[in-house]
Amino acid sequence: MNFETVIGIEVHVELKTKSKIFSPSANEFGAEPNSNVNPIDLGYPGTLPVLNEEAVNYGMKAAMALNCEIATHTKFDRKNYFYPDNPKAYQISQFDQPIGENGWIEIEVGGRKKRIGINRVHLEEDAGKLTHGGDGYSLVDFNRQGAPLIEIVSEADMRSPEEAYAYLEKLKNIIQFTGVSDVKMEEGSLRCDANISLRPRGQEKFGTKAELKNLNSFAHVQKGLEFEEKRQAEVLLSGEAVQHETRRFDEKTGETILMRVKEDAEDYRYFPEPDLVPLYIDDAWKERVRASIPELPDERRKRYVEELGLPEYDAGVLTSTKEMSDFFEATIKDGIDAKQASNWLMGDISGYMNKHQKELSELAITPESLGKMIQLIQDGTISSKIAKRVFAELVEKGGAPEQIVEEKGWAQISDEGQLTEIITKVLDENEQSVNDYKEGNKRALGHLVGQVMKATRGQANPPMVNKILVQEINKR
Amino acid sequence: MMSHVSEDKVKQLADMLRIAVTEEEATRYTEHLNKMVDYVKCLDEVDTDGVEPMTHAIELKNVMRDDEPKQWITQEQALKNAPDHEDGQFRVPAILD
Amino acid sequence: MTFKKHSIKEIEKMLHNNEITVKDLVESSLNRIKEVDDQVKAFITVDEENALKKAEQLDQQTNKDAKLFGIPGAIKDNIVTKGLRTTCGSQFLSNFTDPLYDATVVDKLHEAEAVTVGKLNMDEFAMGSTTENSSYQTTHNPWNLDHVPGGSSGGSAAAVAAGEVLFTLGTDTGGSIRQPAAFCGVVGMKPTYGRVSRFGAVAFASSLDQVGPITRTVEDNARILEVISGRDKMDMTSAHEDVPAFSEGLTGDIKGLKIAVPKEYLSEAVDPEVKEAVMNALKLYESLGATWEEVSLPHSKYAAAVYYIISSGEASANLARFDGVRYGVRSEKAKNMLDMFRLSRSEGFGDEVKKRMFLGAYALSSGNYEAYYKKAQQVRTLIKQDFDHVFANYDVIVGPTTPTPAFKIGEKNFDPMVVYARDVTTVPINLAGVPAISVPCGFSKDGLPFGLQIIGKHFAEQTVYRVAHAFEQATDFHKTLPQLGGAQ
Repeated sequence: MNFETVIGIEVHVELKTKSKIFSPSANEFGAEPNSNVNPIDLGYPGTLPVLNEEAVNYGMKAAMALNCEIATHTKFDRKNYFYPDNPKAYQISQFDQPIGENGWIEIEVGGRKKRIGINRVHLEEDAGKLTHGGDGYSLVDFNRQGAPLIEIVSEADMRSPEEAYAYLEKLKNIIQFTGVSDVKMEEGSLRCDANISLRPRGQEKFGTKAELKNLNSFAHVQKGLEFEEKRQAEVLLSGEAVQHETRRFDEKTGETILMRVKEDAEDYRYFPEPDLVPLYIDDAWKERVRASIPELPDERRKRYVEELGLPEYDAGVLTSTKEMSDFFEATIKDGIDAKQASNWLMGDISGYMNKHQKELSELAITPESLGKMIQLIQDGTISSKIAKRVFAELVEKGGAPEQIVEEKGWAQISDEGQLTEIITKVLDENEQSVNDYKEGNKRALGHLVGQVMKATRGQANPPMVNKILVQEINKR
Repeated sequence: MMSHVSEDKVKQLADMLRIAVTEEEATRYTEHLNKMVDYVKCLDEVDTDGVEPMTHAIELKNVMRDDEPKQWITQEQALKNAPDHEDGQFRVPAILD
Repeated sequence: MTFKKHSIKEIEKMLHNNEITVKDLVESSLNRIKEVDDQVKAFITVDEENALKKAEQLDQQTNKDAKLFGIPGAIKDNIVTKGLRTTCGSQFLSNFTDPLYDATVVDKLHEAEAVTVGKLNMDEFAMGSTTENSSYQTTHNPWNLDHVPGGSSGGSAAAVAAGEVLFTLGTDTGGSIRQPAAFCGVVGMKPTYGRVSRFGAVAFASSLDQVGPITRTVEDNARILEVISGRDKMDMTSAHEDVPAFSEGLTGDIKGLKIAVPKEYLSEAVDPEVKEAVMNALKLYESLGATWEEVSLPHSKYAAAVYYIISSGEASANLARFDGVRYGVRSEKAKNMLDMFRLSRSEGFGDEVKKRMFLGAYALSSGNYEAYYKKAQQVRTLIKQDFDHVFANYDVIVGPTTPTPAFKIGEKNFDPMVVYARDVTTVPINLAGVPAISVPCGFSKDGLPFGLQIIGKHFAEQTVYRVAHAFEQATDFHKTLPQLGGAQ
């Protein structure tokens, strides 16, 4: 039997407001345990939530960037469940009136574009962090309690693990461009769960789904889904039924492991939060937030192709992260050639980042210095070959390219008299090559160019070297 | 009097509310809950078609604060009333014994 | 020095004229507590040391202009006090010696330089109407020690009636200030929802709870409310309304006032003596130039059902935080996480609290939400509309605060008719969010006090106080003091 895979994804994104969503504690990653907490975060008796306006704005901004319709009337609800990291034993969330609904994003897999629907985006508070100890006890840190979150629920529109991967990359990309979150999986500011089911091709009704947890990278999501696709197909082909269950992805084996079978859906007893008043988001408020959304990756990509004349491929790579794209824009700011800038970013800079496992912001090179270096190449001050050396300096130590060139004496030799003198000497020393060339062996010229470059430590202006060489050989 | 709520349902509620109940308590709470449920059933007589549910007694909207972080208590104070703590964290028994 | 017969205004004058010191006042309060509280049992915690320290500090001060300068008061034990144990009448919080912060109302009392002498008994988490649900003690009614003081703010009402302090704060979710005030012959005000900040008042039912003052006179009451009212940035449901000087609007002039008397508040379940007292009050108002008419609040009979569903639903969530992780008592028997929750909560909470949580969780559980919780919220809208309709034509609504005087301790009456009649005069007011006061309006032949309830429009506390004050000034009920009698 031929099965179709159906995948839906839930993503939690932590918003990087300065303070928490319902309390004025600092919202920051990596502080001493229980140092960014106050009685509100600890669920002390008598405390009440106080809504942070910026959290609402950030949530709305993200929802808008995901093409959602923004609710005019919205509110918060209590979601009730007990857990040591959930201090009120209810999470303040949004149940039936999420801030955003009916959005979509466009992904591209195998050269084909596809829209993935966003069912809803809602605001809620994060929980604390429970660490399981080995001595029969667990420890709770409430620093993260009350950090503002948005939950982004996709439609079950993905049909392969590859699409799921593309969806996550694109989602992360868009959120990153809006600036409302760091979207770092390793710091927990982006977390995701995936639902997957199979159905016979042609059948409309969804099959029974499994929910995948412990997905610590997008690659794990894809691997976990691929494993699950095979596992479920085997179950179905053997004539059995897939159980509704939660499964954990095991990084070591690349397999998914059963955590628990879901019997009844957990009863969260949602009800409207009486401690918070409703939100009425009028058009003026919506417009204010909309105006604060920067240019998003798809728009930038389009602009790079249409206005800067970059190839589609370049535009895609450059807009894959906000950091890269911002670096690129800053580089070409003063009329630097866009294609040159793109080549350096996609080539040497990306290569260096991969090799050293570094972020763009960790490199010593700045957009200004890259731009200046490109300028030096263009005006003939340095050759592309020398530029590699300048780049090596810039990327490690930083500094001004013109100064490096000056100090190191790397400026290109473009003086005709000086070059003629050097070339005459090279020709005198390489009579055999001169003869070979004259006899029609054009490759001999390459050897001679090499000798000139060697003599000038690479600083000779290559087009001039070619021209003078031919002139001088012809004189002999 | 009609019984709406079974003792099993009450035990389920007890689980949900994380309240340990003895058999005697379960019976007693079931009896009481049924009495209450029978009583509140009087609301069925009221026609509420098209009536908005009311969560707040006074009308307020869009009450929010500015995004300004403020230090309030220390880690030591945070842990002050904790039944158990260790290394700056709250200590609780693990999920299974 | 005994301040039992003096108003705050009179005491203020005595302090300004240096006839007495704050220390005299506070000592007199502490002495009175020592003298009578083993019989009344209004206090869970007396903070003698800090009260005296504060008194001495205030006596050093030359500026005595603060609104409650040196006035001794006490606070219901579900309002948190920094560095002072706050139990909510529950074993769960028996070790909660430092809630880490002061409730906004406590802050405001301290800013006004009042002296708080302790924390008052109550039904556990404010669930009850007698204080018999307190897990510490039952408070006794100063008018007859064999009777309950009412509840849940029974300690707050009894402490004022017994002359232990000049004012107390209570909380009112379904009558918890007004009913004990009526039973103890004192003045109790439930302000408009949102008038007073709830920050630091431990939530029972968030959409119904309000903090309010209990005092011996209307004027004192108005002065306390002036101090504790106002928008609070820590409570998003607190109203943005201006706070008028309530105590300055007590003109005695009620000419042309239009009073509505709901027939549902004077049903057959109401004690004839109470009914007579209310009728006498209406006659008095007529003689002062007001008019009254009978009206109907047709959805009143559903108020108790609506109240039980909404308050229990909210409470089931509000009380879930008591889990033994961050504060409170953790069961010593707990060996795993689930037991920590189940046993701590089972041991820490009393029967009434558990019963309400069961009802609340039932009403909110999936499959029941629409039929119970949402239905109750819809009927709540209709109850509020009943009030809107009456207030379109009348200035205040008047009736009995309770259908009977205080019942005997231990007299558990679960007759639904009686329970319904008890709740019908108090809970609709919380559901609608309107302000209401109880003022003493008579005594039973056994010498137990009754309360007259005056209900106003949203944020019309000033009118409510004026109407209550006019009645008080024309009667002597508030001048009679309890003798702490009874068979005990």
